[in-house]
Formats: sequence, structure tokens, C-alpha cells
Amino acid sequence: MRRLVFCTLILGLGCGGERASGDGDAAAADAASAAAAGPMGQASVAGTISFEGAVPANPAIDMAEEPDCVAKYQGAPTDPQVLVANGKLADVFVYVKSGLPAGATYAAPSSPVVLDQDGCLYKPRVLGVMPNQEIEIRNSDPLLHNIKAVPSANRGFNISQPSEGMTTKRKFATPEVMVPLECNVHGWMNAYVGVVAHPFFAVSAADGSFTIANLPAGTYELEAWHEKFGTQTLSITVPDTGEVPAAFTFRASAS
Amino acid sequence: MDWILPPGASTFAGEIDGIYYLILGITGLAFVIVEAALIIFLIKYRNRPGRKAYYTHGSMKAEVIRTAVPAVVVVMIGILSGGVWDRIKGRDSIPAGAYPLAVHGSQFEWNVTYPGPDGTLGTTDDFSKRNQLHIPVNTPIRVRLTAEDVIHSFFIPAFRIKQDAVPGMEIDLWFEPTQTGEYELACAELCGLGHYRMRAAVTVHTAEGFGRWMTDESQTVAQN
Amino acid sequence: MATSAATIEHVGHAHAAEPSFIRKYIFSTDHKIIGIQFLFMSLLFLLFGGLLAMAIRWQQGYPGSPMPGGGVLPETMAPGGILVPEFYNSLVTMHGTFMVFFAIMPLLVGVYANYLIPLKIGAPDMAFPRLNMASFWIAVPAGILMMAGFFVEGGHSGAGWTVYAPLSANPEYSGVSLGQVFWCVSIIVLGLSSILGATNYITTIINMRAPGMKWFRMPLSIWALFVTSVLVLLAIPILSGAVIMLLFDQTIGTRFFLPELGGEPLLWQHLFWFFGHPEVYILILPAMGMVSDIIANGSRKPIFGYHSMVYAIIGIAFLGWIVWGHHMFQSGMNPTLGTTFMISTMLIAVPSAIKVFNWLGTMWRGNITFTVPMLHAVAFVAMFVIGGLSGVFMASTPVDIYIHDTYFIVAHLHYVLFGGSLFAIFGAITFWYPKMFGRMMNPVWGKVHFGLTFVFYNLVFFPMHSLGLEGHMRRIYDPTEYEFLAGVQGTNEFITIAAFLLFATQLIFMINFLGSLFRGARAPANPWNDNGLEWVAPSPPPHGNFAETPTVYRGPYEFSNPNVEEDFLPQNRKLPGDPEPAALAAGR
Repeated sequence: MRRLVFCTLILGLGCGGERASGDGDAAAADAASAAAAGPMGQASVAGTISFEGAVPANPAIDMAEEPDCVAKYQGAPTDPQVLVANGKLADVFVYVKSGLPAGATYAAPSSPVVLDQDGCLYKPRVLGVMPNQEIEIRNSDPLLHNIKAVPSANRGFNISQPSEGMTTKRKFATPEVMVPLECNVHGWMNAYVGVVAHPFFAVSAADGSFTIANLPAGTYELEAWHEKFGTQTLSITVPDTGEVPAAFTFRASAS
Repeated sequence: MDWILPPGASTFAGEIDGIYYLILGITGLAFVIVEAALIIFLIKYRNRPGRKAYYTHGSMKAEVIRTAVPAVVVVMIGILSGGVWDRIKGRDSIPAGAYPLAVHGSQFEWNVTYPGPDGTLGTTDDFSKRNQLHIPVNTPIRVRLTAEDVIHSFFIPAFRIKQDAVPGMEIDLWFEPTQTGEYELACAELCGLGHYRMRAAVTVHTAEGFGRWMTDESQTVAQN
Repeated sequence: MATSAATIEHVGHAHAAEPSFIRKYIFSTDHKIIGIQFLFMSLLFLLFGGLLAMAIRWQQGYPGSPMPGGGVLPETMAPGGILVPEFYNSLVTMHGTFMVFFAIMPLLVGVYANYLIPLKIGAPDMAFPRLNMASFWIAVPAGILMMAGFFVEGGHSGAGWTVYAPLSANPEYSGVSLGQVFWCVSIIVLGLSSILGATNYITTIINMRAPGMKWFRMPLSIWALFVTSVLVLLAIPILSGAVIMLLFDQTIGTRFFLPELGGEPLLWQHLFWFFGHPEVYILILPAMGMVSDIIANGSRKPIFGYHSMVYAIIGIAFLGWIVWGHHMFQSGMNPTLGTTFMISTMLIAVPSAIKVFNWLGTMWRGNITFTVPMLHAVAFVAMFVIGGLSGVFMASTPVDIYIHDTYFIVAHLHYVLFGGSLFAIFGAITFWYPKMFGRMMNPVWGKVHFGLTFVFYNLVFFPMHSLGLEGHMRRIYDPTEYEFLAGVQGTNEFITIAAFLLFATQLIFMINFLGSLFRGARAPANPWNDNGLEWVAPSPPPHGNFAETPTVYRGPYEFSNPNVEEDFLPQNRKLPGDPEPAALAAGR
């Protein structure tokens, strides 16, 4: 409606197509979910991500010229690229890479996933969404952030949020692991979005744990992704009900 | 709302401001003469019934004089300006032994690389700071300016220095701050959505203060 | 002579069957209808460009506050009415683009070259009427494309109206891909329209002048439009070529302007300004020409130094080709070139001074009537002086180091393009309105509009000089980010309020313009007692213009000639002792 008003305002000249967040995509997603809802089950995979070897130090962030962000930290802020606690690795994206029945489709949840910019860092740094699920990008800093998505399979965007409290919703249409997001005002700011065609994904918590719930019985290939340590895969078989353990271990890379 | 330039804090300020005020004086005079003549003519020669305008197609003599005077004046301004320009931007203008820095503009940050305690760029003790330009007072500073992605422009208003940073080019510029204090480095060329915030803090230290800062910073860098 | 034959044929046509509405008013080959079509189109774009400027001013005056009415904009432009930086960049870019390419240029060239050339040289129409029609109908899709760019994914081009590469050439750097493609295609299409128009104007002026209309009997408006057309013909292909290269960089992966793999960002600037500086004169020369006509008429006095006025036009046009580097003093171009370009730039002061002094000389000992066109023409002179003098500051390379890319240049260019060109356009619209529509615009509202515009215009743009002198960069979304600009926010707010008032004042003009179409007083045959041939034809003139090809006996500025009782002497009025028409026709 708004767009219509604006178009009329400028004499109805050339109202072209609008962005990917247009109504067309949402409608398409609804139609897909109505057509065939993929199988859901009662089993779950509960696992941990371990880390072995010397933990690399996270680089210090030269945040001196962003006093509003510096104020949100006790000491010198570092870039949380590798978060290891008690030998467990956080921010690992784990998802079912293959094994679901061919042709199974899943509707995206209507609730958005929140990506916050707080203290000149993305929170969370790693997140998963389904295609056409909205990502609500928030700015909790009283300064300019821009969010530039550099996907390979999806359409990129580059938008800005000049003031505190702004929110913008964006989504990706095609599965892609991972879509990097960056802020060009603060070169250190990076986030990674895993876009997966089904709801069977998780991000490891601070204690390295993750849970993928509601899996139907079957044999799956799980993949775990970390921004510094690459990917690992694991084959698991899931019964009708119950919890199946899964463990990944990342090692400090040689370099 | 005035025609006064803000205070300058580099050796360029004197000369640039001098030419500026010279041009201001000359153009100001021209402005007053032309606009006054215009207003006087409008009033004096306004339409009155029964009067006819003076029929003339012009005067060669008047035209030659009015052409020659501005020509001489602008060429004079040009010659004066050319000298100052050469001293600031000329290829050979950078004083020998100027303190070397490298500034790399990228969307939307100024990355300043310092030569470290050895005073030479390209050695292992070099280190970089984001959006912070620290320099010693009364020392010529040579900046090797580069750009990552698009054109940026290195602009420190108080130093009267501006130079575009062009991707694919290495451009050397120099300046010499004359007063200690805090200044601002801005980007003056539209470089994208964060252009307006591509700002760095400029700190001009005393010679001793700069030495201390350099020691502290290089130690911090070494520890990391 | 071919002219008279063509006239007879055309006039014969006009008297034959009445053409259908569509042939007469939509797909017309009549230069007058095409001129009027361009007038309506470019006034619409002028209004739109003004609206964009209001949004820019809102953000500058009240950065980060929701813009009144901004809620109707989509979330990609102004979430919650707050303009976002990428949209602000598009606003700045599109304000410049629309004003330069779709408002001022077509207003001067599309409208008045079309309308005035045949009428003022005594021709029945353009040399190539169908080409002329094509030039308008090619400009229309260009405008639609440029508008459409706002609604594509990624938004409209945000690289400034000069679309400097690499920001414009690589979507990764701007987030704009389709918008920039639309920009490029639109400019290429519009360029074709301009080239067709220019070909027509040049051919018409060379070949279709009425008997006795020698080169140095042509009105200065026609001289200016002739020289402008030559500039258009030579400059636009350069722009089109450069834009095609940019489009290829954008879409098919060439690297003309991208440094990876050996492209050169400065090449774009050289190409753009090699076009762009002649373009600057395309935007001012016709205004100067029409102002000369109006000032001679308003002063009831021959133009002072007609020949030097002609040579000054040619001189400015020539110098326009060798000064492009003055836009690039701080670009990293070899500094030695800077001095060369500074001297050639300074020399432009000479022909400009000739023109200003000759306008003053024309008013000197005149009998000045303050008609609405004359007021605008006088304002043109007064404002052009400011724009010209402020140009000296930037021409001086060392001073330019400081004021380059600041609001000083914004002030300068608006003093030339608004204070100059736009005042001339208001003057020209009022002056030739009775010819176009057979009715007069209301002079009282005309004077109110003029007075308010003059005051608010200066309140908007004069303080911008001082913003620039404080170092205020142009095209920045939020000046409050900088401590050194903390002191100027009051000025920014002041300018914004004045700009809103300036915009509101233009509604008076709109109402007067549209209202007078229906309710204006019927125009007398020669409302301004002018000498030009256009007043020989009826108002509005029929297709074919003149019932009988006029014969020209003298120049266009014989006001207050002592040989006649009246204070004007039309170009076609035969006085005793003038040669016979047949002799003139043969001797031309």
C-alpha cells in the first residue's frame, strides 16, 4: 500500500519490482507449506563440540574511536572468533546435510530470528534460518552500522542503520551454508547465517552443546561448521524416539 | 554566516588562507562594483514616460578595457596560486626526511600504518591503528595514500589538506602541523552509505609526547 | 532558395485537412508542440527534483528525525520516516541527475531551441520534423526509466550525479546494482534524444534562415542555442560512450574503471568531465542568450557590443573543452596539469566578464521597464555574477584544496544553475508564454513569485558559502558526526527552513502557469513590443508559423532607433531605403 501511494505520488511512472522481501516470496513459501509438509519425528540429536589443542588467541579490536561501544566492555574488547570453554567450542553451526526424504519441504516459521548489533559486535555471531524466514536485524548501538550480506547462492544486500533502535527485516530465499554478513563501518564485525531448507539445525552454545529436535527416524549426515576450523561430517542413525548423542571434535589448525 | 576561514594548524594554512583572502578582496570589490552599477542603473534608468533610451550599439574602447582588466587580474591570481600549489602538491614538494605514514582508506575506515620505533615503513615493527592519526608537531609528515575499494578523500580541514585516495594508485601527500591538539580527518569524496561517518581522530603531539606514544603503542603491539 | 519552397509547402499543409488530435498534440511534428511537450515534461521533473531537494534539506537540517510525510516511503528508503544513508545518497544523486539532465537541460534546449529557433529565424518548422518528434518521444522513456530506478532492488544509484567509479561500477561497493543500470540506460537513451535534437537545431539554423537573416542579425538567444547545439553534438557522445563502458563494468564484467585487472578509476573522471564541463555551458549559454534578448527588450536599448557577445559565447564554448581538469585538482591527477587547467579556467572569467559588462552596458542609459521577464533577467545577471566570482576561488588550485567537495561548490553551482539558468528559465517562460499559449501570465503573481523566490533563493544558497568555508563536506548524510561542524548546525537548519519556503513559493508559479492557460488575459500581437520575427506570427502560431516568409532588414535589437517614432523596430519592418526583398533573397 505504501508503495502504491508513493508510486501514485510520482505520477505513476515506472513502479518496478521491489526487493526480495516482497510479498511474492512469502506467498510462495505459504503455498509450498500447504502443498507438502515434510515429515517430523520425536527423536533428537544432542551433542557436544569439543576442541583439542592450543586455543588461538582472539585478536584485539581497535575500538578506540567508538567510545559508545567501548563503554559496553570491561576490558579491552576482542573479536570472539574462537570461543572455547573447558575444551568445548561454541558458535559451531550443526545441521542435517542429507538423509531427509527426497522432496520433503518444510515451512519457514513465521517468527523472525533476531540478529543484534551490540557493542560493535554481532549477537549472535552464528545463526541459522530457514529460507524465507525473516531475520530481524537490530541496532543496539547509538551509531551507524551497515549490514552487508555477501552470499553466493542468494541475493546480497547492503543496508544501513544509522541510529539506535532501528530494526530491518531481511531474508534469504535459497539454502546456503554459510552466508557471511559484514559491517564496513567496523571492519572486524562478522556474522554467519546458515540457511537450511528444514528446521534440523543448531548452533553450539557456550558449553559446546547443541540439540536438534523433532527428527524423524532415519540415517542422516550431520555437518558441523566453524568459521576458523572448517567443516566436519558425521553419519548418525536416529530411531523413532529418544535422544541420539553426536560428538564433533575440532583441532587447532596447523597454522 | 561569515567569510572568515576557521583557524588553521599547519604550515599550509598561511599561504592558502592568504590567497583565499586575496581572492575574497578582489572578487568582493568586483561584486560591489558590478552589483552597485546594476542597482544604480536600475534606479537611474527606470522607465519614465516620454523618454527614449540612448541609442548605441556599444563602445569598442570600453569593451577592450573591461576585457583587459579581468584578464590581467585572473592571470595574476593564477600565477600566485600556481606557486603555492607547487609548494603543497608539486611532485618534488615533499621535504626530505619527512616522517613517513601510510594511510589506507576502505569502506568506511581510515587505517593508519605507523613506521614503529625505527621510523621506517615496511619493517616488522610497523603497526596499524583504525581511525587514529597521531603525529608530532612541527614535523613534515609524508602520507602514502592508498584505497581499498572506492575513491576516498583524505581531508583535514584544520591543516588545509585534501587529497583523493584512489584504488590502484599510490599518492604521496605531505603537511606539517604547527599546533598540538585534537583535529578531525574526514572523507570528502562520496564513498558509499557510510561516507558521512568515515572519520578519524587526529592527535598532534609534542615531539616528546609523540615519542612516548610511539613507545607505548609499539610495546602494546609487541605484547599482543 | 529552398526555404521559401518549404514554407509554401508547409503552409499549404497547414491549410489542408485538420490533423487528428493525436497527430496534432501527441505525436506532433510541429516544433512548437514539441517544445511545449518538453516544457511540461521538464517542469514536472523540475518539481520532482525540487521534492528530492526538500528531503535532502530535511536530513541536513534535522538529521535522524523522521521526515514529515516520510512514512509513505518504503522501508528500504525511510524506515519510520527516517531517511537511511543509502537512500540519502540516492536522493543527492537523483536530485542532481534530474535537475541537470531532465529539468534544466531540456528546459533550455528541448523547450526553447525547439520553440524559438524556427520562429526567430523565420522558418516554417525544423529541418527534420520527424527527427524532432523522435527526440521528444525518446526522452520520455528515458525519464520513465530514471524514475523506475527508485523502485528496483538495491535502490537507485547513490554514487552522486557524477557517478564516480569504482563506487558506481561495482555493485559490491554500493549495494546498488539494478538502480545504476537503469541510470546508465536512461542516460544513454536521453543522449540519443539530445543528439537528434542538436542535429536538427544546427541544420535548421544553417539552412533555413529567412531572407536577410544574416548570421550577425540573429538574436543572441539563437546564437547561444546554435553554439550550445554544437556542444551537445560533440559532448553527449563522449558521455554516452563513457556510460556504456560503465554499464559494461557493471553488468558484463569489463574492467574499464576498476583497478583490479588494470582498469583506471581516473579514466571515468576524465571522460565524465570532458563531457561535463561543456555540459555546464550547455546549461548556461542558452540562458545567457535568452537573458540578452530580454534585457535589450526590457531596457529598450540595443544590446551593448552585439559582436563581442557572440564571440564571448563562442569563446566560452571553446574554453569549455580545455578546462575539465579543474574538477580533478585533488583527484591524484599529475599536479603539473593542475596549473595548466587553472590558467585555462581563469581565462573563462574573460568572456564571462564581457557578457556581464555588456548586459550592464545595455541597461546603462536605457529606459528600463520592470516586466516580470525583465526582473528575472536582471536577477540572472546579479546571481550569475556571484556564481562567476565564487568560481574564481575554486579555480585557484591551492584554495580548491580546502574548498573542493565542500558546500562552497554546492553554493557555487546553485548560483550558476538556479540563480543563473533557472531565473533565466522563469524569465523565458514568462516572456514567451503569450507566444506559446496566446495568453499572458498574471504579472502581479509573477512579481510576487519573483520577489519571494529571489529572497528565499539567496537565503538558501548564500549561507552555503560559509558552510563550505567551515569545511562542511558535500553529500554527507549527517554533519553532526563532526566536531568541527558542530557550530554550523544552526546554519543548516536555517537553510532548510528557507529551502522549504523557496519550494512553497514555486507553487505560486505553478498556479500562475497553469491558471493562465485558461484564465490569462488574451495576449496582444506583440505584448513586449519586441523586434523578433516570432511576434510577426499569430499567437499561438499555426503549424507552419508564418503566412508569408518574413524578410529581415536588420538585427534584432533596434530598440529606440532614432529613425522611427516607436521605441522598437521589428526585424522585418521595411523602412524607406531598405533593399527590396527579392534582392535579399538572392543575396543571402
